Amino acid sequence: MERVSIDEQRCKSCGLCISVCPVKILIISDRLNARGFRPAQCTDQDKCTSCGSCALVCPDVAIELYREVKA
Amino acid sequence: MAEQMKVIYERPKSWANKVTHYCPGCTHGVAHRLIAELVDEMGLMDKTIGVWPVGCSVLGYDYFNFDSVEAAHGRAPAMATGIKVTNPDNFVFAYQGDGDLASIGMAEIVHAAARGWPITVIFINNGNYGMTGGQMAPTTLLGQKTTTSPLGRTPQTNGFPIRVAEMLAQLDGPAYIARVSLDSPVNIRKAKSAMRKAFNAQVRGIGFSLVECLSTCPTNWRLTPVESMERVRKEVMPYFPLGEFKVVEGVL
Amino acid sequence: MSNKVLMKGAEALAEGAIQAGCRYYFGYPITPQNETPEYMSRRLPEVGGRFVQAESEVASINMVYGAACTGVRTMTSSSSPGISLMQEGISYISGSNVPCVVMNAMRGGPGLGNIAPAQGDYFQAVKGGGNGDYRRIVLAPSSIQEGVDLFVDAFELADKYRMVVMVIIDGLIGQMMEPVEFKTKVDVSTLKTPEWATVGRHGRDHANIITSLTLDAPGLEQWNLKLQAKYAQVELTESRIEEYQMDDADYAIIAYGTMARIAKTTVRIARAKGIKLGLLRPITVWPFPRKQIQAYVGKLKGTLTVELAYRQLFEDVQLTLCDKMPLGWYGRGGGIVPGPQEILTAFEEQFGKGR
Ligand SMILES: Cc1ncc(C[n+]2csc(CCOP(=O)(O)OP(=O)(O)O)c2C)c(N)n1
Ligand code: SF4
Ligand code: SF4
Ligand code: SF4
Ligand SMILES: [Mg+2]
Repeated sequence: MERVSIDEQRCKSCGLCISVCPVKILIISDRLNARGFRPAQCTDQDKCTSCGSCALVCPDVAIELYREVKA
Repeated sequence: MAEQMKVIYERPKSWANKVTHYCPGCTHGVAHRLIAELVDEMGLMDKTIGVWPVGCSVLGYDYFNFDSVEAAHGRAPAMATGIKVTNPDNFVFAYQGDGDLASIGMAEIVHAAARGWPITVIFINNGNYGMTGGQMAPTTLLGQKTTTSPLGRTPQTNGFPIRVAEMLAQLDGPAYIARVSLDSPVNIRKAKSAMRKAFNAQVRGIGFSLVECLSTCPTNWRLTPVESMERVRKEVMPYFPLGEFKVVEGVL
Repeated sequence: MSNKVLMKGAEALAEGAIQAGCRYYFGYPITPQNETPEYMSRRLPEVGGRFVQAESEVASINMVYGAACTGVRTMTSSSSPGISLMQEGISYISGSNVPCVVMNAMRGGPGLGNIAPAQGDYFQAVKGGGNGDYRRIVLAPSSIQEGVDLFVDAFELADKYRMVVMVIIDGLIGQMMEPVEFKTKVDVSTLKTPEWATVGRHGRDHANIITSLTLDAPGLEQWNLKLQAKYAQVELTESRIEEYQMDDADYAIIAYGTMARIAKTTVRIARAKGIKLGLLRPITVWPFPRKQIQAYVGKLKGTLTVELAYRQLFEDVQLTLCDKMPLGWYGRGGGIVPGPQEILTAFEEQFGKGR
């Protein structure tokens, strides 16, 4: 399941999340959203450390973060 | 054992789930998000009344699920005062830009701070008048080019930038005054904890609080969002140092 | 036994506002109405209200704006230069459909002028001042008692129409002493918080937003049309006039406020001389009592508009009566108040001996 969930319709392609991700798993995709922005995308969900940095800098509240835990 | 997903970060409940009108990478959005997070975490949504300024954040009220009013340019602290006086048990904050607060609204903010009544101000220092197209603001740095200081701000023609947090901290009224920066995850974390203290200063009835947020305006700075964050660190912070300038007893 | 008390105008009107349910007053000192904020600062805490001395009239009106957004009865008062500073706020309050009361003790102008009685702010009060297409109800008492009574109406009208209501007086009414009776006492505990008020959601299923901003042009036009419909309703139902000695009148003086008070004496002197003069005294100068004045077309040989200003009220009289009868005018400015005989002389100069 997704650890990094990016709402593509909210994303404005600002690149801030990409610049702060310590494990460099975020990139700008080559798709266009309804507003004409190329949304950010996560290339490797498994590598996400759940550090929270991307969500902290996102000005558009586009990113939600999850992590698996043993129930 | 089954695996479950634990939430690390979720959109705040008081955030109205709309796409904002802000330019890509503009830190108005970050400041908004922090407000929504704190309103949620502190259980304030039912008691909150936001007062929005004239500036890029003029439509701020559209993005939250709590009550809001829209003030005239610079008058948000007066309006917030009128609301707080009639509704002392509610949580009343004003959100203001640097043209709004430090230029046209300087009298209102100084007197709100001097009265010291428990209202909270989130002050967005982005070094220019974003909404009207990037003109010089009271916070524009010396040498900085804007559309009304095309050769760069000089003291001879434009005077000096104003350090609002330090200035207001000289007054006896405020309970909490801090300057934070929205340029990086670590500073955004610190910004949130300063804002929490500011909110608390009001919730606990201690007094006036203000958090000045060093912000970006990528569009008018003519920089990318990432470059704008770097500019805040390299050029803005040396003139506008981060820190807490006033913390009275009981603020936490 | 009468319940009359002898009070100075500016204080009596403040008490009138409190009796009308005003609990929140914001203001900045300016002569000739300082007794109003001073009185409020003493009295409001006694009745569980709040007085706030603002840093300027700009701040006063915006504090009123904030308080008004929470649905309480709130007011400010000032005099001409201070009222000028409030125009932006009055426009915003009007544009966001919230109620409040503003009192202007008009003084001589333009600029700093002087502190003597004048009516030079008529245009500002009834026609404009702030930006945009808005109106406010303007009440013009001519005695302290009437002012006290009108304050109850002022707050009722403000709440009913969600409008700014202005009460215009001048230094004369503010500074003189008269016996007054407070006939109506509004029990504020019976005033309900309106459903539109921004007082925190407290379980409400939606957020309340109060703004004068509508970015899209069709949306703002619709908003304006709503305001216009409201103003049309006010014009239809709320205009008021006093008709004094008008039953058999050949001529009428048209005047309001202090000037009308003096003109009543003119009417009495004229009648003693056999001139059938009456007085038409607008109590609301907006809405202007057009219909009531137009009813005299065909009955009157002429009107003399008298004011402490230069052809401001006269403009509304002209709009009302056009060329339907001879329209005379007499006015003094700068704080000079003409006496009853001076007005009669002006009348005789313009209309002969009134036959
Ligand atoms: C009385 C008045 N004067 C001028 C303006 C035009 N105006 C709109 S926004 C603005 C500047 C806003 O700048 P700032 O407060 O720094 O906010 P930002 O857009 O940078 O967030 C100005 C001058 C106005 N709306 N009202
Ligand atoms: S949570 Fe941290 S590691 Fe995961 S995507 Fe965001 S920035 Fe990268
Ligand atoms: S920070 Fe937010 S808006 Fe910017 S690129 Fe990343 S997800 Fe998109
Ligand atoms: S103009 Fe500047 S301050 Fe305004 S939304 Fe765009 S980037 Fe932000
Ligand atoms: Mg700015």
